[in-house]
Amino acid sequence: MTAPNDRGVVWLGSPAFPEAAREALKDGQLRANLRRATATIRDKRLSVSAELDDWEQLRDAAAAIKQHTARHLDRYLVQLEESVTAAGGTVHWAADAAEANRIVTELVRATGGSDDETREVVKVKSMATQEIGLNEHLAEHGITAYETDLAELIVQLGDDRPSHILVPAIHKNRTEIRDLFAAEMGRHGIAAPEGLTDEPRALAEAARRHLRHKFLSAKVAVSGANFACADTGTVLVVESEGNGRMCLTLPETLITVMGIEKVIPSFADLEVFLQLLPRSSTGERMNPYTSAWSGTTEGDGPSAFHLVLLDNGRTDTLADPVGRQALGCIRCSACLNVCPVFERTGGHAYGSVYPGPIGAVLTPQLVGVDSDTKGAAASLPFASTLCGACYDACPVKINIPEVLTHLRAKVVEAEGGRTVEALAMKAAGKVLDSPRLLTAAQKAAALGGKVLARDGRIGRLPGPLHGWTDSRDTPAPPTESFRSWWRKNREGGTS
Amino acid sequence: MSSREAILARIRAAVADAPAEEPPLPRAYRRSHLAPGADPVGLFAERVADYRATVTRTDPAGLPAALAAALTAHGARRLAVPAGFPAELLPPGAWQWHHEPLTVPELDGLDGSLTLAAVGIAVTGTLVLDAGPGHGRRALSLVPDYHLCVIRAEQIAADVPEALTRLDPARPLTFISGPSATSDIELDRVEGVHGPRTLHVIIVEPREPA
Ligand code: SF4
Repeated sequence: MTAPNDRGVVWLGSPAFPEAAREALKDGQLRANLRRATATIRDKRLSVSAELDDWEQLRDAAAAIKQHTARHLDRYLVQLEESVTAAGGTVHWAADAAEANRIVTELVRATGGSDDETREVVKVKSMATQEIGLNEHLAEHGITAYETDLAELIVQLGDDRPSHILVPAIHKNRTEIRDLFAAEMGRHGIAAPEGLTDEPRALAEAARRHLRHKFLSAKVAVSGANFACADTGTVLVVESEGNGRMCLTLPETLITVMGIEKVIPSFADLEVFLQLLPRSSTGERMNPYTSAWSGTTEGDGPSAFHLVLLDNGRTDTLADPVGRQALGCIRCSACLNVCPVFERTGGHAYGSVYPGPIGAVLTPQLVGVDSDTKGAAASLPFASTLCGACYDACPVKINIPEVLTHLRAKVVEAEGGRTVEALAMKAAGKVLDSPRLLTAAQKAAALGGKVLARDGRIGRLPGPLHGWTDSRDTPAPPTESFRSWWRKNREGGTS
Repeated sequence: MSSREAILARIRAAVADAPAEEPPLPRAYRRSHLAPGADPVGLFAERVADYRATVTRTDPAGLPAALAAALTAHGARRLAVPAGFPAELLPPGAWQWHHEPLTVPELDGLDGSLTLAAVGIAVTGTLVLDAGPGHGRRALSLVPDYHLCVIRAEQIAADVPEALTRLDPARPLTFISGPSATSDIELDRVEGVHGPRTLHVIIVEPREPA
């Protein structure tokens, strides 16, 4: 039913993390863009979370609610299904990516229109639909999906891949975005205005003009969900730009694809998450817009609402008592923004829609470390220094270092004869790129291996793997779009 | 077996270790972050303004004049007004008030919308609209580029937990904290993408603020 190859998540043909990271490290522009952006957001997050003197109590509550929900997920999903249905929505269950894609495609087709008419859907940024490769699947069936989030638009126009879960175009700076808009917008609709500058305000205006008529004419929207309340059937989308409100409000049909772990027991539990999420993600007291709806409402918004509940490896993750905490993730991206490895390699190196520390624990669990995709996924638990910054930043207290060490042990088991030193060194050697650091890292990893040998667990790695302090800037290689790189690699048969 | 049954069975197998009786969840966090004795209305005004929205405080007698001043300052003449917005509040003058039914393209042709709100949240500077009387359906306060919103002081809750208890989840809810914005370019916030690029909030207090 859920062969890992049907699950998406990882980009086929992606090299294992060490090789991808080595390439990324050569890109000085990428590193400058990332350093600038993550430094800005880190400061904002710290200052707004410090405003709440009970931040730790909020984190404890959030972690407890998520863990509790996971342990009784069957009950809460059934309750959610009842509430959504009672409120006028329709609930669908999808075991894997292939089934979810099939459901959404059939729902879009059922909205009518003649067969030769071009079908279009507008989309709100959603990790779940990226995970299942929905846009590509719709395209194969003659349906064009327009991403409406600014960063997703940048990624889509650039034929690129997202590199961050909150800000998918974080690898691009304003000048690169300006050039892309000027070159590409006209080919997909309303062109960028003459003389477009790289002022963020002007770029936002260009996106507004480009997407306006798509919002006003779309019949079907596809969204993800940040939360769904089992008791009331209320589904929430948290956003900034208003593209979410447009998609959730104007079309006749709304299809929401949601990972089964997004359910929370009650509407009242939002009091915890609506305080933690905006402060942890964009560093604001509250994000500009949050939409909450229960089923359908006569005379307001879509007349048909479909909720697709997606498993796609989540029940496998749930079966691991250590690993299941990763399902508590609310996708705030704080762990990415504090991660010294992410800051140097960027998101593409992780080869998955889930990059950074959360990706390093989620991706291998969703697709399995012993599956056909293990080349990319199995290297991810080693893409970390175990410095612990992600754990400290996480608003739902996911102990990412603990899950990483746990998964390292699993990978070692799955690899049979290979040692943890060999795997850790493969990652570290490529990334650190310095003989002195490498030697020290080898010692550190050997130590980790001994610990592993003793009790099946690895402690924090000391030494240079702890800090990743000395990556050198080198001249940037000629730029190449991610997808063209990917195609080339796939055609070269390196998957 | 349907996917529904399969997923539920897989969940049950995966969490067979879960205790039937769970301890109560820790909820040691505050119900409110408003300092004791602090004025929620003042904080709300400050926090809304932090998002680069415009805030006006007035009393009931001053409301029509405050609305007129806001519309004049923004140069908005053609406005969507939802059913249930009190007609006596509309200021006299050369404004065109457009009432439902309004199609989405018609809304797109207007300068702005004028609505009430259900709840305010002081600590986060948030307005919540629930499609009740005077709010309109959700498109009304979304499609036009300017949103002028009137909230009464007693509708302002101190913090998020209290605000949620005042809301009805069966209604479509829109939480609004400042104008449309994005952090997508270099993680730096700029105002103005797809939602209204200008938000003006008028707080109506029982008496003229001191
Ligand atoms: S793991 Fe925690 S910090 Fe990272 S994205 Fe998820 S919730 Fe945020």
